[in-house]
Amino acid sequence: MQTYYSDLLVIGAGLAGERVAVEAAQEGFDVICLSIVPARRSHSSAAQGGMQAALGNCAKGEGDNVDVHFGDTVRGSDWGCDQEVARLFADAAPIEMRRLAHWGVPWNRVVPGKSFYFKGGEKFEKEEKEEKRGLITARSFGGTAKWRTCYTSDGTGHAVMCTMDNRCAELGINVFDRKEAISLIHDGDKCTGAVVRCLRTGELEVYLSKATSICTGGFGRIYKATTNAVICDGGGHIIAHDTGVVPIGNPEAIQFHPTGIVPTDILVTEGCRGDGGTLLDVNEERFMNIYEPEKAELASRDVVSRWMTHHMREGKGVKSAYGEHLWLDIRHLGDKHISTKLREVDEICHHFLGVDPRTQLIPVRPTQHYTMAGVRTNKDGAVYGLKGLFSAGEAACWDMHGFNRLGGNSLAETVVAGGIIGTKIVEFLKGYETDFKTAVVAEAVRKEQDRIEKLRSGANGKENVYKVREEMQDALMEGCFVFRNDAGLNKCIETLQGTLDKARKVGLVSDGLGANHELAAALKIEGQVKLGLCIAKAALERTESRGSHNREDYTARDDKNWLNRTLAYWREGADMPELQYEEATPGYEIPPGDRGYGGGSIIEADKAEIEAKMFKK
Amino acid sequence: MSRQLEFDIFRYNPQDKGSVPHMQTFVLDETENMTLFIALNRLREEQDPGLIFDFCCRAGICGACAMVVNGKPRLACQTKTVDLPERITLLPLPVYQLIGDLSVDTGSWFREMYQTTESWIHTNKTFDPNALEERMENEVAEQIYELERCIECGCCVAACGTARLRDDFLGAASLNRVARFVVDPRDQRTDRDYFEIIGNDEGIFGCMGLLGCEDVCPKSLPLQNQLGFLRRKMGITAIKEIFRK
Repeated sequence: MQTYYSDLLVIGAGLAGERVAVEAAQEGFDVICLSIVPARRSHSSAAQGGMQAALGNCAKGEGDNVDVHFGDTVRGSDWGCDQEVARLFADAAPIEMRRLAHWGVPWNRVVPGKSFYFKGGEKFEKEEKEEKRGLITARSFGGTAKWRTCYTSDGTGHAVMCTMDNRCAELGINVFDRKEAISLIHDGDKCTGAVVRCLRTGELEVYLSKATSICTGGFGRIYKATTNAVICDGGGHIIAHDTGVVPIGNPEAIQFHPTGIVPTDILVTEGCRGDGGTLLDVNEERFMNIYEPEKAELASRDVVSRWMTHHMREGKGVKSAYGEHLWLDIRHLGDKHISTKLREVDEICHHFLGVDPRTQLIPVRPTQHYTMAGVRTNKDGAVYGLKGLFSAGEAACWDMHGFNRLGGNSLAETVVAGGIIGTKIVEFLKGYETDFKTAVVAEAVRKEQDRIEKLRSGANGKENVYKVREEMQDALMEGCFVFRNDAGLNKCIETLQGTLDKARKVGLVSDGLGANHELAAALKIEGQVKLGLCIAKAALERTESRGSHNREDYTARDDKNWLNRTLAYWREGADMPELQYEEATPGYEIPPGDRGYGGGSIIEADKAEIEAKMFKK
Repeated sequence: MSRQLEFDIFRYNPQDKGSVPHMQTFVLDETENMTLFIALNRLREEQDPGLIFDFCCRAGICGACAMVVNGKPRLACQTKTVDLPERITLLPLPVYQLIGDLSVDTGSWFREMYQTTESWIHTNKTFDPNALEERMENEVAEQIYELERCIECGCCVAACGTARLRDDFLGAASLNRVARFVVDPRDQRTDRDYFEIIGNDEGIFGCMGLLGCEDVCPKSLPLQNQLGFLRRKMGITAIKEIFRK
């Protein structure tokens, strides 16, 4: 068996993973990155919109600073975030954007002079200053006080991914593609690498390392309707959770995006609404301005998704063969704007819908989009429960997003957190020595060989992995989507318990040889159903509505009882997750208050308790 | 009435000792708005779980699913079956090493290309976290991005006459990559430096001008313009080199 050694093993080579790798490699450490697909195909590259950083260069961003960005992030999180982490993030973001410019990202820049922009379908004028010419500019995104989203046309993720991967090539980092980590090597106390399946040959390989970092993105694919790439299936979460000692943080915090196209659920960017696009109903009338007079289409994603769902329930949806949807209208933005700043949207409409957005409406509906849930880490990115294990990006619950992530904050998080956590990993590696216990390695490999053998021979049963997956996806769509309630969640849990039983009895139909997809799916199906159960159970217990977690039977945000974070453990041999709770934040710079949009009432926390936890400046 | 589609698919799994290359026919009922992404996944999930093919973003952004569809290299995810006849032939991309069935190893090919073209900004400036970013005209930024839109799907190389004849030819994707750095003021390399990389038959002078690359590029990149631009630049550099000697 092939065995590889490195100082740092990064599982996942999207933006967060490669940023972590770059930081360690720059300090002279030996780094290996593993990726299921060639690095540039990572889901990071699909992000169209941009990255938030308070540079304040453009006219509508004037007066912006890291404090305003921090405030927006905390309010956006519905006070579910760790405020220390949000502060680290907001402070470092501007520096990181400039660093990316230095490495080669072609950010759009300030062009002095007058120009027009749209807001809520209306045309406004702005004037950019001559003294700001050529500095990084920004566009408007939902939930923010200033125009703060740095971008390169509508291919920000792609452009930054290219630059980051170029940087990896320059530093000579080994980025191995078509490699999938299927379990962590650990002794219950510290992590020393991973067992990996080569997706070219199907062979198992061993990667030993002093530090390991999970940067595998989100797990949207456990839902049927998701904007996520097919690789965003929770592989990284599952191998961490499977150890029994690592918790998933806030599993119930799942974000839904207002504008997935129907029927393929491909995302059209929030930039459409940021640039002035509007949402219309079956009568082709606007409605967001009625529900949210001030922010309208630019309210945060959870709010817009809920009002859309609400509006469809009121009978204002457009009926179609794929269920009800609403319309996104960007016709008034004009040909020039659509063919340059929203070109990807134009292409998506053309290729997947046969629609010309200059003259036709785009069918959209809320779709699973982002997992604020993730492998729980502390503010240094160190994973709870195992020494030497780190996590960054969407895979992690580092927790700057709390219960709702603002647009543009996730792509920014990948590189900002990657930089911060990369630095912390470097600190960890300096002066850290470990030992690789051959018995532990052999046992980890044997376990995986045994698992694969049983799937191939059908020794566990004959359940079809694709049917089991569909059952899980349907259950989550029904019980754990935009709106949640007691009856729906209980039913979802009951269904998923049956699904878990089936997942344990999967047997392959094919031979499972080589780059076999059925085997890859079968190896993670049990872990996926467990993640689903964590979401449903945590959502059932959380009897309040906060950010994207919305209970129809508990509509208030309950700061008195629920100003905390869920930690979901899955102990070995258990059939249900074990839930624990910790405080949402070690302290407050901004005490809990109203978000300023989305309505809803708040059950206030004890004022004296909050006061005692205010950070002293 | 929905059509019944016939898929002729190339089958060969190099990891299976009993496998021999052959074509296999599958039949599937067409549904509304069906793409090859939807069709292939249905074939794998309902008819043959051993079928090997690649998809990632399934939205035309990542380039994972390029294959030869009825003779033409293109992205499977953004190919609607309604635009195809009832009989659909699917083959893996040529040039790249076969992983199995419709899946090829573009990853290794492109990573090697990064090293050959030294695909990164060459500068002696160091980053100062306390300074403002260096200014750049927006037009220049957009010009760079225009060339950076390549998704490395491999279609241009698969459709290239020269690349099919000789395996050391850099291909349009690589030359486009070099052009991206040539137009970037942050990269301090000179024309002579670029000449070292592409000023030969494996590079800019190997192109036969057949335009296959630009015809099949799913992102409509101006590949031929870039080839022309680089060829002129490298031609002038070559003449200068002669006079230097």
